[in-house]
Amino acid sequence: MMTPKILRALGHWVTDRIWRLGFAARFLLMTLVYSGTALRRLQLTIRETYFTGVLSLVIILVSGLFVGMVLGLQGYETLQRYGSSEALGVLVALSLVRELGPVVAALLFASRAGSAITAEIGLMKATEQLSAMEMMAVNPIARVVAPRFWAGVISMPLLAALFSAMGVFGGYLVGVQLIGVDEGAFWSQMQAAVDFRQDIVNGVIKSCVFGLIVSWIAVFEGYDADPTAEGVSRATTRTVVTSSLAILAADFVLTAFMFRG
Amino acid sequence: MNRAAIDLWVGFFVALGLAALLFLALKVGNLSSTAVGETYALQARFDNIGGLKVRAPVKSAGVVVGRVGEIRFDAENYVALVSMQIDKRYQFPRDTFATINTSGLLGEQYVGFEVGGDTEMLKAGDQVKKTQSAVVLEKLISQFMFDKAAADEGK
Amino acid sequence: MSAEPLVQIRDLNFAYDNRAILSGINITIPRGKVVAIMGPSGCGKTTTLRLIGGQLRPTSGEVRVAGKAVHELDDAGLYHMRRRMGMLFQFGALFTDMSVYDNVAFQMREHTNLPEELIHDLVLMKLHAVGLRGAHRLMPAELSGGMARRVALARAIALDPMLIMYDEPFAGLDPISLSIVGELIRRLNDALGASSIVVTHDVQESLKIVDYVYFVSEGKIVAEGTAEEIRGSKAPYVHQFVWGEADGPVPFQYPARPYGDEMMEQPSKPKAWWA
Repeated sequence: MMTPKILRALGHWVTDRIWRLGFAARFLLMTLVYSGTALRRLQLTIRETYFTGVLSLVIILVSGLFVGMVLGLQGYETLQRYGSSEALGVLVALSLVRELGPVVAALLFASRAGSAITAEIGLMKATEQLSAMEMMAVNPIARVVAPRFWAGVISMPLLAALFSAMGVFGGYLVGVQLIGVDEGAFWSQMQAAVDFRQDIVNGVIKSCVFGLIVSWIAVFEGYDADPTAEGVSRATTRTVVTSSLAILAADFVLTAFMFRG
Repeated sequence: MNRAAIDLWVGFFVALGLAALLFLALKVGNLSSTAVGETYALQARFDNIGGLKVRAPVKSAGVVVGRVGEIRFDAENYVALVSMQIDKRYQFPRDTFATINTSGLLGEQYVGFEVGGDTEMLKAGDQVKKTQSAVVLEKLISQFMFDKAAADEGK
Repeated sequence: MSAEPLVQIRDLNFAYDNRAILSGINITIPRGKVVAIMGPSGCGKTTTLRLIGGQLRPTSGEVRVAGKAVHELDDAGLYHMRRRMGMLFQFGALFTDMSVYDNVAFQMREHTNLPEELIHDLVLMKLHAVGLRGAHRLMPAELSGGMARRVALARAIALDPMLIMYDEPFAGLDPISLSIVGELIRRLNDALGASSIVVTHDVQESLKIVDYVYFVSEGKIVAEGTAEEIRGSKAPYVHQFVWGEADGPVPFQYPARPYGDEMMEQPSKPKAWWA
């Protein structure tokens, strides 16, 4: 009797996921409810912003530069076949601002900062630090989770903007300085084609949503981790996998809503 | 890592991020050139809009003066109804001639305003009466072929 | 000080899902005393502490601390009560991202508006009490196990609690640290006029310092008495535990089917991954 077994496994898997989603949603709600401390004592959030934002700077800037340079090279290859290599700026800027900036920055952010958040909270749980805090009448969600969550939410759009800006600069380096596309055409066509509201604001909205998703998943997985070394390592992996998938899925949905016209 | 150093780094990070946003808005995007001023609406009917898209530029003498806001099909007259958002700073005479042009051979299409000599200006919500449809490349080519064939026959 | 005991546990039952952890527990902790709860690993000792601290809610029965039923308190009431409790976790549970100083100062900063100079004096005083005033700049990672336990102790008494709970305070310590921690538990209890609950399976060390002992096995209290009574106890279970015998009422073998049956059985095939 194979079929019922498979069906049952499928059913179990689905109900399991929905349970977890429910837990995660409740956890997010709690985090928002107890965010008062994180915002009132801004020092806590600033400290975490250092860990999530500042320490992600190098990887974001370097990746952005290289992605932009590759876009410059590849884009030029394709465009010059149609004799429109001046449109290189448009191609680089639009791909970065609309898609690559928010998405790639969020993926990098998930693996750099998200995994670190999960591991840190998971370890605090495994070594009973969260329990200890609770016994000291300090709510760990308010004191530990919320500042990290908000730090992630704040950092993400800034990192995505830096990624895009760095990418445009990389495209400029390769396109204009290396290959010799006309500089004026590069910038002016870019400015004519990239719309502030339609492209840039939408890109920023995307990165805000991704920041929310990654931070949410990271703090939840950390708080929910089995309090063992193995449990923490599994939770860290889950953070990266789940947030990457969630970013891509959310990107599709957002793009479908934003750029239909 | 003490508190002051962390504050400094985070401040640096936030400033850098905001600068990047500003760079995107001003240098990459067109926040500086358009979309700041107020606009008024004009309408025009075209027999054929070709590949004209929403948000395509409206140009006069090659300068962007507005954007295409909405494109609808007018089911009564079987023509395309294009509404445009024109920058408040620019006024156009009533006999302005709206054409759909292509920038370059394969470039994007835009609406061009050729200004007439009327003393009265178009007001918000007015319709541009004189229009010329998009040049459809296929038609142009087939026409050229027919002419050529006819010319050859006549020889 | 009133005659009413600080902690009173009556007919306490606790179960995870349907698995009973504790059944019919009665424990009384008088003010000013050090009471030990002893038993083998996994018998529900730590669960008892969590029930007293309000981190778990009893299935039935009641836990009263200073006259208040813990499980009836709302979050605010619970947090208010916990400010007057200190707890030492099994491995210290120091906050690894803070220095020793900040660890001890943590509660003072969270719960009081004391000026930083006063906190400084208080922290050094607490650290001095556990003999680690000189270590206040170190990070927890730089401490030995015994030192970490003492810092955690200083942190537990930061707000002069009325009740101090110790979860396995002796686990994994060398003999010197062990007797230091043991002595500190007694001394701090008397100096603060607090009451202490020590959950442990280290019989010899704890019998030296405690006033009264409860023996827990499989979720039930099987024996109780003063340290003297326990040492002289003839009850087979207590005897086995105190003298550390391998077999006795607590069997060496995990419950299993008869050996012969199991030998005759075919080993089950490994499951296919899709099954």
